[in-house]
Amino acid sequence: MTTLIIAQLTIRETQRRRILWIVVLLALGFLGLYALGFHYIYAGLQENLPASENRNLFVGALVTMGLYVTNFLIALMTVLMSAASVSGEIESHTADTLVTKPIRRWELILGKWLGFSILLLGYILLLPGGVILISIWQSGLPVANVLPGLSLILLQGLILLSLSLAGGTRLSTLANGAMAFMIYGIAFLGSWTEQIGALFENQTAVNIGIVTSLIMPSEALWKKALALFQPGFASSPVMAGPLAVTSQPSDLMIGYAVAYMVALLALALWSFSRRDL
Amino acid sequence: MHDLAIETHGLRKEFGGRTAVSDLTLSVQAGEVFGFLGPNGAGKTTSIKMLLSLTMPTAGTASILGQPLGSRAARAGIGYLPEHFRFHEWLTAAEFLDLHGRLYQMEKTERTAVIPDLLALVGLADRANTRLQAFSKGMLQRIGLAQALLNNPRLVFLDEPTSGLDPLGRRLVRDVVNGLREEGTAVFLNSHLLSEVEKTCDRVAFIRDGAVLETISLADFAQGSVQVTLRVGQPTPQLLPDLAQFGSAVQWQGKNGRIHLTLAQESQLPQLAQWLIDQGHTLYELTPTPLSLEDRFLQVIGQPERVEG
Repeated sequence: MTTLIIAQLTIRETQRRRILWIVVLLALGFLGLYALGFHYIYAGLQENLPASENRNLFVGALVTMGLYVTNFLIALMTVLMSAASVSGEIESHTADTLVTKPIRRWELILGKWLGFSILLLGYILLLPGGVILISIWQSGLPVANVLPGLSLILLQGLILLSLSLAGGTRLSTLANGAMAFMIYGIAFLGSWTEQIGALFENQTAVNIGIVTSLIMPSEALWKKALALFQPGFASSPVMAGPLAVTSQPSDLMIGYAVAYMVALLALALWSFSRRDL
Repeated sequence: MHDLAIETHGLRKEFGGRTAVSDLTLSVQAGEVFGFLGPNGAGKTTSIKMLLSLTMPTAGTASILGQPLGSRAARAGIGYLPEHFRFHEWLTAAEFLDLHGRLYQMEKTERTAVIPDLLALVGLADRANTRLQAFSKGMLQRIGLAQALLNNPRLVFLDEPTSGLDPLGRRLVRDVVNGLREEGTAVFLNSHLLSEVEKTCDRVAFIRDGAVLETISLADFAQGSVQVTLRVGQPTPQLLPDLAQFGSAVQWQGKNGRIHLTLAQESQLPQLAQWLIDQGHTLYELTPTPLSLEDRFLQVIGQPERVEG
């Protein structure tokens, strides 16, 4: 019950502080621009490239770029909206009147997690979801595995959310945000090392990527999601270039990522329950 | 056990190697207004945080309203106004109280019944739909006070409740505290303003270096203790030690030849005068003044050794 109260409070805060509306408004602007660009590019393609196979290549590139940007925005927004949530309330002592109520402390963190998760789901349906819808609407070409792919983007967001809430129980807001972005950046770099390594069949580079994915599986989830959305296009370095998924994360990695997220969330709940305020 | 609102034995808190509270042993009766006094750095804040289970004690035991410290059952019966009151400022006053009522697991009907009354009590009835970000410091403290009373608590912790308030606000806090006493609610009051404590508290504890030095009843204190200023012609060196049989805190007051001492009972005054004359002293001045809490505070806090209260 307390968890639901706090979840509701978390969502209401993003409304009242106008964060929600700014994000939704700008997301709609982004999607409008994407739709417009897609429309004119596709019209040009139909004129200049009569062979549908060649057109599909460009459509694949457009969809991939759209998903790449929106996925990155989702990761960014997840950390930005949650980094100050716990640490800020500890620093300002807003938490003091909450935790002295007859509630369990972990309910407070779980409530925030739930509230942000709902927002995150909304952002994902809006942004990458919108990109997919526009692409299908404009080109008539299907995007594969929409639900499994979006679920992986959601899982990536939940990992970053759990990381930033766990960090917030012990770190200052700035340190927490920096920590979350740095770890995300390491995963990013590791994943690229893996992809380029796979392209040149360099096993050491691939292993470095796998190890960084174990440290932070966020980027591996994005690569897997892209491979699901665009199975033909994304797996070809010739077509997808630097965004290609030459070394596709295994199903085991997805299982690991779920366990990783649950462990981070548990750490957040435990850490806040144990700390002095 | 259950007539005690707070009971602690040897509560201790260490941060790293530093001891913030070495031995907090005290008991607060149900329905009593209890003042908690001490200089800055004495461990008052850490003590309150332990009692509210914001901070976990390193050692010792305590019960709140007969429930073990830290249990939800203990917290269900308490109200708390923190010193650094910061709330979700994007909520309106009514929404803020409603949120905290929900956290107290109050039913909706109960909340709708209580919240307008509490807003009226703290003088914010016409501000129910104003967001807290538009509130002044004093208004925030008043809404915080209303928040601490939502669940009809049996024990209320007020941490420096009058620090940001104008005289009207202070009067309000005092009236609220008196109202709570009449209802049989215990109040744990932490305040630097000794005059406030003197006006509102039944008993006070003096704390220094993380330990309770002495607990006194203000009713007994007001009736009993007087401070005496006396001046005699040609005082002998033996006079000061001899005066210790009558009272405590015997000392020379500056260079003007006056001696200060504290008598436990006003009725000792004639005996003191008689004794001085019997000893052959010429008595020029013997002025009793009721001891203020501040005098007592300085006496107790100034003491090097711990005194059992």
